[in-house]
Amino acid sequence: MINPLPYVRSMLQHLSSVVWLLVQTVQEMGDHIRRGRFPFRLASFFEQADRVGFGSIPLVALVSFFIGLTMALLTGYQLQPFGQERLVPPLVAIGFTRELGPLMTGIMVAARIGAAYTAELGTMTVAEEVEAIEAMGLGPLRFLVSPRLLAVFLLMPCLVVVSDLTAVGGAAMISRWAFDIPFQSFAESAVEKLVIRDIIAGVVKSFLFGLIIGLVACYKGLTVRGGAAGVGHATTESVVVAITTVIGFDTLCNLVLVSLFDK
Amino acid sequence: MSDAPAIELRDVHLAFGENEILTGVDLRIAPRERLVVLGQSGSGKSTLLRLILGILKPTRGSVQFQGREVSKMRRRKLNAMRQKVGMVYQYSALISSLSVRDNLALPLEELTDKTRDEIDALVDEKLTLVGMSDARDKMPAELSGGMRKRIGLARGIIMDPELILYDEPSAGLDPVISSVIDGLIIELSEKIGATSIIVTHEMGSAFKVATRIAMLFRGRIIAEDTPDGIRNSADPVVAQFISGDTEGPILEGGK
Repeated sequence: MINPLPYVRSMLQHLSSVVWLLVQTVQEMGDHIRRGRFPFRLASFFEQADRVGFGSIPLVALVSFFIGLTMALLTGYQLQPFGQERLVPPLVAIGFTRELGPLMTGIMVAARIGAAYTAELGTMTVAEEVEAIEAMGLGPLRFLVSPRLLAVFLLMPCLVVVSDLTAVGGAAMISRWAFDIPFQSFAESAVEKLVIRDIIAGVVKSFLFGLIIGLVACYKGLTVRGGAAGVGHATTESVVVAITTVIGFDTLCNLVLVSLFDK
Repeated sequence: MSDAPAIELRDVHLAFGENEILTGVDLRIAPRERLVVLGQSGSGKSTLLRLILGILKPTRGSVQFQGREVSKMRRRKLNAMRQKVGMVYQYSALISSLSVRDNLALPLEELTDKTRDEIDALVDEKLTLVGMSDARDKMPAELSGGMRKRIGLARGIIMDPELILYDEPSAGLDPVISSVIDGLIIELSEKIGATSIIVTHEMGSAFKVATRIAMLFRGRIIAEDTPDGIRNSADPVVAQFISGDTEGPILEGGK
């Protein structure tokens, strides 16, 4: 029988290191603020924000549009025999706002941005660039991690909004064509059934997922060992761990939200 | 020279798990001195530099910079200390996403209140000093190994440090560029009056730049002397290292 203890110990070690990374980054930013300086390079933050935000819009919009469209089509055909296809708009709207929007965006951002962060920081670690930044007394976490972390944390909710809107757009288009639901009826029905807690749940999740993806990606990048192969290995691990953690936290959030509000 | 050492290492031990790298290093480096640390590849020479910078912490012993214990410094003190130290890396460690100008300007922009014009003037001054003023707007990937090393050197001295640490400054360079780097090390040390620690196993460079040489072997300093003293050392390990003989205690398993 496999002994689970070493795996649990290793997982807890990684978890505590990720928390340590967050705490140290905040402390290094605090040090800089105390010196009367801005906590991170604004240019670097805007560069990362552009990459996470604008750069991810085409992917997020396209994938969400197709998923929204497919979701509406398949559920609509299942509901049509019972004359319940009018349930398609709220189903897609609630499903995406609360669940699929943050989750799908989290997976896409983990794959697109998390992988890039890990590869970039990993290459810098291997080339001693991170150590050189530390040796200059610049605080590598403040300098490298904080703009990346903030960009993914703050831009995730914006991307989730893009995902929700395009998914609903896709669903509205297919509903018009396949089930004769006019756009206006679709919009009214979707908005009518959508409650504020669905929107809040989606927004809270998207902030949380952004933080998880950023932290996992930066941690994996800064702990790379073993040259180019190490960078490749860390990048794969970063995507796998980030996606798994996002799905795990999504399940946890749903359990908490359902037990608190939906009973 | 004042008696108070710029750097003092006392009984420094360092181990990574079972692997003991340093087993009791004692070393005093006086201000404005150019100390060359010789030793085989993997003997812990570069590790010594990382201990001085506080990037690594000794498992036992003391590392002091200007009389203050490096391993006990908190983050803010450590970063303040690092601003007085310039590190020149073996592979330059220039930030690949920044131009040469931005690489040099980075610590000035992040740590000082200098204006852009003042920063540009300082960048130009240091680039001229290392003979690389034409490379100002180039990216590191566009430079040769020797050029990158000179830029790394310019970055190391951009904050006018009191201590410059050189990790294999002339390794992998052709003899001419290697001599240029050696000349720069001497010139910089004399011009800005900084203390220098140069880690190398290039014997020609070592004798050219050093005011004192220390030999690291099996985790300890086994010899410390002037370049002439080391050249004429009776110690079989030192003698074999200098001559490059394959016969001797280094490959036999020690003294």
